[in-house]
Amino acid sequence: MSLLKSREAILGAAIVALLVLIATRFPAFVEPKNLLEVFNDTSPLIILALGQMVVILTRCIDLSVAANLALTGMVCAMLNVAWPGMPIGVIMVIALACGALMGAVNGLLVWKLDIPPIVVTLGTMTIYRGIIFLLSGGAWVNSHEMSRAFTGVPRTQILGLPLLGWIAIVVALIMAVVMSRTPMGRSFYATGNNPHAAVYTGIDVGRSQFLAFTISGTLAGLAGYLWISRYAVAYVDIAGGFELDVVAACVIGGASIAGGVGTVVGTILGALFLGVIKNALPVIDISPFWQMAISGAAILVAVTFNSRSGRARGRVILKSAEHAQ
Amino acid sequence: MKKLAGLMMTAAMATGLMASGAQADNMRIALVVKALGIGFFEAANKGAQEAAKELGDVDIIYTGPTDTTAEGQIEVINSLIAQKVDAIAISANDTDALVPTLQKAMKRGITVISWDSAVAPEGRMAHLNPSSNELIGKMIIKLAADNLPDQTGEVAVLSATTTSTNQNIWIDEMKKAMKADYPNIKLEATVYGDDLADKSYREAQGLMQSYPDLDAIIAPTSVGIVAAAQAVVDAGKVGKVNVTGLGLPSEMAGAIESGASKSFAIWNPIDLGYSATMMAYHIAKGDVKPQPEAEIPIGRMGSVTLDETNSAAMADPFVYDKSNIEQFKTIF
Repeated sequence: MSLLKSREAILGAAIVALLVLIATRFPAFVEPKNLLEVFNDTSPLIILALGQMVVILTRCIDLSVAANLALTGMVCAMLNVAWPGMPIGVIMVIALACGALMGAVNGLLVWKLDIPPIVVTLGTMTIYRGIIFLLSGGAWVNSHEMSRAFTGVPRTQILGLPLLGWIAIVVALIMAVVMSRTPMGRSFYATGNNPHAAVYTGIDVGRSQFLAFTISGTLAGLAGYLWISRYAVAYVDIAGGFELDVVAACVIGGASIAGGVGTVVGTILGALFLGVIKNALPVIDISPFWQMAISGAAILVAVTFNSRSGRARGRVILKSAEHAQ
Repeated sequence: MKKLAGLMMTAAMATGLMASGAQADNMRIALVVKALGIGFFEAANKGAQEAAKELGDVDIIYTGPTDTTAEGQIEVINSLIAQKVDAIAISANDTDALVPTLQKAMKRGITVISWDSAVAPEGRMAHLNPSSNELIGKMIIKLAADNLPDQTGEVAVLSATTTSTNQNIWIDEMKKAMKADYPNIKLEATVYGDDLADKSYREAQGLMQSYPDLDAIIAPTSVGIVAAAQAVVDAGKVGKVNVTGLGLPSEMAGAIESGASKSFAIWNPIDLGYSATMMAYHIAKGDVKPQPEAEIPIGRMGSVTLDETNSAAMADPFVYDKSNIEQFKTIF
C-alpha cells in the first residue's frame, strides 16, 4: 500500500512540476479560475478512465468506450430533438442505462463466449459507431436543435465549478468507496491479481469481468450526455480516438495492463496529467507540428516513472543465503 | 457479391457482349460521394436531381462508401463499371489511389469527372472545383475584415490538421490577400483542431487566452468553426470575438443566432451537385471535348472554362448570415 501511495505522490509531483513549467511560459494558466476550467474540461476523461480502470484491473480492456460515449450522446441528442420538454434527469437516466447496456454486451461476450476482450471491444467499437450512423443517417445534431436545458445543465455553476466537474467528483467518490469498501470492488482486484486464486475464494471471474464492463459502459454513457451537451454537437465521429486517451490515463495513473493493480486516486491523477497537457499545449506557443510528439513523450515519461517505481523488488526469502554470497 | 458480379460482367464484356452504352435508355450519371450520410453531399444530390429533371433524359445514381476511404470508393466504382453507367462524377477520398480504377472506367467508355475533391489529372477527364482556392482565401479574410472597425484588428486561424491540403492552401491564399488588401489586420496565430470537436474547442479557448484582444477567429473547416463558436459563447465573448470561416448553415444556425458568428461562407452544395451533373452530361454527350480552354455550359450557373489541368472553378463561396440562415439551415 505504501508503494502505491508513493507512486501517486510521484505523479502528483509530476503534475505540479508540469504546471510550474507551463507557468513560466504562460502565467495565466495556473490562475485558480483556469485550473478549475482545466479540471472541468478533464471531467469526461476522469469519468471514462475510472470505468476503464476497473476493466483493466480484471485483466481486460475496453476499447469501445469512446464509441459507447458517442452512441449514447447521439441517442440523448436525438431524444432531446424529438421531445424537447423531456427533463434532463430522465435523459441522464437513459444515458446511464444505454451505456450500461452496451457495456453489458461487451461483458457478456467476454464472460459467456470467452472471446478475448480486445477483440470483443474492437468489434463492438465499430458496431456502436455503425449504429450511430444508422440512427442519425450520418446527419449532425446541432446546437440550435438542442434545448436550452439540454446544453445548459452541465454548465450550471455551483460554487464556481460547473456541474460537469461536480459530476466527476461525485463519480470519483462513489468509485473510491466501491473499490475499497465493497466485496464487488475487492473482487475486481482479486480477479486481476490471480484469477485462479480468485476462483478458489469463491469469486466468479467471468462475472466480475462482466460487472467491470458494465460499470465502464455505464460511466461511458454518462460521459456521453455530458460530452454532447458540452460541445453542443453530436455526430458519428465524436470523440474519435478518445479510447486511447482513456487507456493512457489509466496507465499513467499506475494501472497495470496485466491486471490487478490500479487505484482511483492514481487514475484521476493520470487523467489530470493528460488534461493539463491537452489544455496547456494550445497556450504555451509551441509549434503544432511538435505538439503530438510532446504529448506522446510526456505519456512515455510518466509511464516509465510509474513502471520503475512500481517494479516489485525480489523478495529475499533466505536472509542468510543472501549474505553468504 | 459485388466483386463476383464485377467479375461476371468483365467476363461478359470479354466475350464481346460489350455495348457502346445504353442509347435508348436515359443517360445514367453516378454521383459518387466521399461517404453517404453527409449533409453536404445529400444537398449536392438534391442539385444533381434538379439538373436531371431539367435535362430530362438523365437518371442520377447517388452512391458512395459508408466511411470516407479510398478503398470503399474503389469498390463502389467497380460496381458502377459493372453496371455500365454512362458517367461517373466523383468527390474523391484520395487523389491518387482511385486513378487506376477510374482509368479502367474510362477505358470502358465511361465519362469520368471529379468535383469538390479532385482526382489526379490522369484519372479523370475534367474537374470541377466548387470555387477557386484564391476566391476562398480572399473570402474568409473578407468575412473577418468586414466586421472589424476600419478593417483593423487581430485575427487567428483555427484549421483542421496540419496536413490538410485544402485548408493549408486556403490559408496561404488568405495570407496573400491580407498582404495586398488588409495591411492593418494582424494574423496572430494558426492553430490546428484536427477536426475534433473537443480539440478545436480547447484550441479556440487557448487563442482567446493567449490573445486577449483577439477580434476574430477564422476557421476554414466545418468542425472547427462550430467548436470555436461554442467556445466563444462559453467564454462570454460574444460580440467581442467574431467566429467566421467555412461552415454549413445547419450546423452554424445556433452560432448565428447566439451572435458568436456574424457571417460565414461555403459554396452552395446544391449548385455544386447541379453543376457537376451538367458538366458530366455535356462531356458524356460529346457536346464538348474536355481539353484546356474548353467552355462547358452548366445550366443556370452559366458556364465554366477548363484550365491547363482540365479544372474549372464554379463560383465565389456563398455568404450566409442572419438574413438567409433560416432559409438554408433546413437544406444542408
